[in-house]
Amino acid sequence: MSTFSDQESHESSATLWRDGRPVYDRGGTVCVIGAGASGLTAIKNLKEYGFGADCYERETGVGGAWNWRHDRSPVYASTHLISSKPLTEYPDFPMPDNWPDYPHHSQLLSYLEQYADHFDLRPHIWFGTEVVRVEPADGDRWDVTTRSTGGYGAERTSRYAAVVVANGHNWSPKLPAYEGLDEFRGQVIHASAYKDATQLRGKRVLVVGAGNTGCDIAVEAGQQAARCWHSTRRGYWYAPKYAFGRPADQVGDAAGAYRLPLRVRQWMFHQMLKLTVGDLTRFGLPRPDHKVFETHPIVNSHLVHSIGHGSITPVPDVARFRRNSVTLVDGQEVEPDLVVLATGYLPRFEFLAPEVLGIDTSGRPALYLNAFPRRHPTLAVAGLLQPDSGLFPIVHWQTVAIARWLRLRENAPDRARAFTARVDAEAGTRWHSAKVKESTRHWFEIGHIDYLRALQRTLDELEVPA
Amino acid sequence: MKTRVVRVTDWTSPVPPVYREVRAATPEAPEGKPPLLFVPGFGHGAWVFAEHWLEHAASRAFPAHAVSLRGHGGSGPAPKATLRAYAHDVVQVAASLPRQAVLVGHGAGALVVAHALARYPARAGVLVAPVFGGWGTLGAALRRNPVGTLPAVFGGALRLNHRQLFSRELPDAAARDYASRLGRASSRAQWQLLRHRAPEPAVGNPPLLVLGSPDDRVVPPAALTRAAGRYGAAPLLFPGMGHDMMLDARWREPIDAILDWLDKDL
Ligand SMILES: Cc1cc2nc3c(=O)[nH]c(=O)nc-3n(C[C@H](O)[C@H](O)[C@H](O)COP(=O)(O)OP(=O)(O)OC[C@H]3O[C@@H](n4cnc5c(N)ncnc54)[C@H](O)[C@@H]3O)c2cc1C
Ligand SMILES: NC(=O)c1ccc[n+]([C@@H]2O[C@H](COP(=O)([O-])OP(=O)(O)OC[C@H]3O[C@@H](n4cnc5c(N)ncnc54)[C@H](OP(=O)(O)O)[C@@H]3O)[C@@H](O)[C@H]2O)c1
Repeated sequence: MSTFSDQESHESSATLWRDGRPVYDRGGTVCVIGAGASGLTAIKNLKEYGFGADCYERETGVGGAWNWRHDRSPVYASTHLISSKPLTEYPDFPMPDNWPDYPHHSQLLSYLEQYADHFDLRPHIWFGTEVVRVEPADGDRWDVTTRSTGGYGAERTSRYAAVVVANGHNWSPKLPAYEGLDEFRGQVIHASAYKDATQLRGKRVLVVGAGNTGCDIAVEAGQQAARCWHSTRRGYWYAPKYAFGRPADQVGDAAGAYRLPLRVRQWMFHQMLKLTVGDLTRFGLPRPDHKVFETHPIVNSHLVHSIGHGSITPVPDVARFRRNSVTLVDGQEVEPDLVVLATGYLPRFEFLAPEVLGIDTSGRPALYLNAFPRRHPTLAVAGLLQPDSGLFPIVHWQTVAIARWLRLRENAPDRARAFTARVDAEAGTRWHSAKVKESTRHWFEIGHIDYLRALQRTLDELEVPA
Repeated sequence: MKTRVVRVTDWTSPVPPVYREVRAATPEAPEGKPPLLFVPGFGHGAWVFAEHWLEHAASRAFPAHAVSLRGHGGSGPAPKATLRAYAHDVVQVAASLPRQAVLVGHGAGALVVAHALARYPARAGVLVAPVFGGWGTLGAALRRNPVGTLPAVFGGALRLNHRQLFSRELPDAAARDYASRLGRASSRAQWQLLRHRAPEPAVGNPPLLVLGSPDDRVVPPAALTRAAGRYGAAPLLFPGMGHDMMLDARWREPIDAILDWLDKDL
């Protein structure tokens, strides 16, 4: 592991200046922000295309979200993959084939650590170092200002040829505002503060939200808590982890490959759910207000089972909080000791001026292929994706595209112009054949096959002349 | 050919796990050289490299490993194995090593390596007496050894005899002993050797080395040149040697050439 002071000694002395402060020139090196799954594959693929890479990671280890030791890690003790192994592993570095279909989060961490060691990525990473500012400099370069995580120590600015932002988007809690929340006497936490079932034991628990987090926590509360209410503001399609004895995503993709029209695929999926899960309104769940694929898939075989056993009571959306209770929109009052807001996460790029990523007033960036901003050819975002599959294969190819793009800019400016024009024209386009529900959680929702087909065209177009 | 990124087969029909035999020799003083993974050809097991090459590579500071493809050597049985399953075995072992590995394939193992290179960014690839298959290979085999080859056409075992595999410099007893220890690949894989899709392009742009012998009785010189040509190189030649270069009398020369090339190029 490298430390901040090693870096100071090995670097060239400052020859550039910005606002009266020294700037260390890192030449053609590319800066990568974050050493989670996205940052690691960015370093590896940039190296493969011959770039130098400096990665800054605010934590002391690799793995990002999958490293449960990290204070911002959103995983809880019982987290297992929801996307099955072959759809989740990097396409050029498989997980061990004797691992289960849905590995545990600790296996994911050891996989990412093995990836970092195997490809010798750690010497590129400055751990315990936080990026605080990323500012454009002359000649499409970037000044990146860092300091030790936690804010102590001096700031230091280095100039890079390009920046790949891989800071993750599942760490900054989305906290809804509720009337009366201040006066509520029970405990309220966001799901990111939920670590294991001891927090639930013996309590009356209200879980809000039915993303995969909310469903997992509701199931655990169903087993461990004295009482569990699960509040959702709409009906959903709860897919099982297995269908016909195979991981459900693999069954889905076997059909998806035939380029069937969306409606046919939706019909098939509805039939599959009808056969395997059945009619959910029988269980007291609201009828979905949308077709399947129009919300981020929930994959949970236990939830419906627990409702059927009476250990989870499904309830509608929260209307307001009171001193000792919570009022739901149907007028019902429940009296939880603990409320877990599993309401998801919002993206945050605290080190960048919002206009760089074309961020609108709602906070949503406008990027081409969720990666390339307008007017800033040497900046890209990796992993800002919410796929209906595993993330790693997609972010792998996304970072290959970024590396090819940076090479092509140098080697074939003519071809690069055509790509720039498309980034300008198509930034913000969605890559999903279904019309997803309007919600912040769907800003980065992609259909993995739709997206990868688009990425394939980009990869071919950006192919670097040898 | 372009690298395809929508990989429905990889996603929806993963290759089943199997026990894999891995033999290894580790250098006494590691110098940070990349690990080598040797991949034997059809019918051969990891033992063919454990005879000489593993120890020799380790003595030159390369951590050296050899895998038995499923259904071969000490690995678990796999009567229905495909080329894809063999390539999967190679990638699984490569990914389990501490550092990015050099893949060295021999005979049909070189074709397996070529497929594995499309699924794993190796540090380098080395193809030794590569058998890339096709009908020409069958023709040559039928001419040299009709009795051993003909049954394979009907799904039986391909039996290579010691005269196809070794030069006359190797004592007859040793040659017969080695030949008697050979097993067989699955019938499906044997067929795929004749009719298979060209391997997808290698990922990560690894340097490639091809070597062979003009006197190899399994790989005709033209096939060797063609295989090397796929990678834009001329083969490194070791006249007088038989197909099984790692067991033949002068086994030291090709492995030294490989290690010299790695020392120089990586
Ligand atoms: C509970 C849960 C379960 C999930 N399950 C799955 C699943 O089954 N399959 C799947 O594919 N995905 C799943 N995901 C999505 C998951 O987020 C991704 O798999 C993956 O971890 C994203 O990697 P990343 O590198 O983009 O982001 P992260 O893993 O969040 O990594 C970002 C890194 O950047 C660092 N960083 C951030 N800001 C700075 C800064 N300013 N300076 C320096 N460093 C910084 C962080 O410390 C972190 O290490 C799940 C997510 C959650 C929350
Ligand atoms: N591997 C695993 O086991 C696993 C586990 C957990 C999470 N994950 C992944 O992690 C990511 C984040 O998942 P997540 O579940 O934390 O978040 P999420 O998918 O964003 O889900 C948030 C839930 O909260 C609801 N919600 C949001 N704002 C609300 C409000 N103001 N009032 C009421 N309800 C509100 C949403 O409803 P709407 O639908 O109406 O917006 C949704 O049901 C996803 O990619 C997910 O797949 C994976």
